[in-house]
Amino acid sequence: MARYGMVIDTRKCVGCQDCVIACQAENNVPEGFCRDWITTESQGKFPTLQLEIRTERCNHCTDAPCVSCCPTGASHYHDVGGVVLVNHNECIGCKACISSCPYDARYIHPEGYVDKCTFCIHRVEKGQDPACVSVCPTHCMYFGDFDDPNSKVNKLLESRKHHSLIPEAGTKPNIYYLI
Amino acid sequence: MLEITTTRHNHMIDPILSVWGWEIPVYLFLGGMVAGMMLISGYFLFKGRYKETNCSCYYLPIMSLVLLSVGMFALFLDLEHKLYVWRLYTTFQVTSAMSWGSWILILVYPILLANMLMSPHKLIVEKVPIVKKWQEYLLSKPLLIKNLGVVTMFFGAGIGLYTGVLLSSLGARPLWSSAVLWLLFLISGLSGAAAFVHVIAKNVYERELLAKADNAFLIIELFIIALFIIGLKTATEVQAHAADLLLFGEFASSFWVFVIGIGIIIPLIIQLLAVNHKIHHTPIAPLLVIIGGLILRFIIVAAGQYSHWFALN
Ligand code: SF4
Ligand code: SF4
Repeated sequence: MARYGMVIDTRKCVGCQDCVIACQAENNVPEGFCRDWITTESQGKFPTLQLEIRTERCNHCTDAPCVSCCPTGASHYHDVGGVVLVNHNECIGCKACISSCPYDARYIHPEGYVDKCTFCIHRVEKGQDPACVSVCPTHCMYFGDFDDPNSKVNKLLESRKHHSLIPEAGTKPNIYYLI
Repeated sequence: MLEITTTRHNHMIDPILSVWGWEIPVYLFLGGMVAGMMLISGYFLFKGRYKETNCSCYYLPIMSLVLLSVGMFALFLDLEHKLYVWRLYTTFQVTSAMSWGSWILILVYPILLANMLMSPHKLIVEKVPIVKKWQEYLLSKPLLIKNLGVVTMFFGAGIGLYTGVLLSSLGARPLWSSAVLWLLFLISGLSGAAAFVHVIAKNVYERELLAKADNAFLIIELFIIALFIIGLKTATEVQAHAADLLLFGEFASSFWVFVIGIGIIIPLIIQLLAVNHKIHHTPIAPLLVIIGGLILRFIIVAAGQYSHWFALN
């Protein structure tokens, strides 16, 4: 079984939003919405401030509350890579999944179903990278399989300090940020 | 210093989650009331009070049916993909509280209809004569009625429990991550239902009984609210912050004034005076209880969406 995820180098990300635009174009995201976004976090005390810029999206959690709370089974784990997807034809738009996601990664598509990042599974299944990964001008994003010990993403995690987002929420997110 | 900015701006998600408007609180409130009414009328059936011609167990089932249908309609209105609503009933998702709820609600209808057989409306008997036969059969079997009472209470408790579990199973909202939320909704549903029956009861014994029961429910509710807050305050940091929303934060004024003051303390004082025959029974107290119960649902749903995990690393 593969477990797809991403490793993102926060030292390379400059917050240019190319990934956001690439996603919107690739996935026909309706105007005014986004499946990925840029978060900027500054902390510390002047003059020793620390700045982290990172690109965020659905974490394709291994223990996804959005899947377990869905009453219709529309939110599900895809057979390939455990990617969390929403089957638009089964979604009734009850929004339980939106309330259950600690990352607020989902939104309501104007057509009535709930939508979010798919890791561009349509591209991945053809052997390509997700659109955001492939357009990043600083090459700060890496997409791969965490279940493969020799994968680039695992090697990166071995070599650098990293963190995930809100691990204490217990959802086992599959995106890691190199610091 | 810590400053977080985001470029995300999704409608109803940012800056504050607000995907659930008035429909869900109304649905939760009516579900709670119906749960309480089923518990009361099931109890009366079990106790054999149906032998009294003006027992409220004769009209509570039809009222429950109407209120439940209004509640389910509110839930339907909340759906973004309304035409797909039938998808709820082509599957059963064991980990989803909402899936459990949808099936429980469907099972409740035949139970309420069986309750209504105790005293079907004249028009129905005229149009569907077989109903009369079913009624006679039911009335000739006291043990069956007792069992019907137990099943009614069981499913009433099920709905009450479900309305709370629905929210607490969504772990991403710290305010709802409480093991007593279901109890709070159940007891608030019971006090709302007792208040409602108190206003409409034709039987003096029942009116007195329900005013007393309502006082007990209100006192228990106060304790459960205290437990709810203490539980959150002593849990994780995000849960403590969530409790502060009610205690001192954005929702504090409506919480203290409407839920605690107008919804519990004032009616409790009025009803305590009434049951001790210091003043006459007045519909004002039960009305306040019902309004307080409705506002409680509104605040819990809104403040819950407002509360969130912090992405601090
Ligand atoms: S990030 Fe949110 S939407 Fe994505 S899998 Fe995790 S819980 Fe579900
Ligand atoms: S909104 Fe759709 S995907 Fe989300 S829980 Fe409801 S039915 Fe499932």
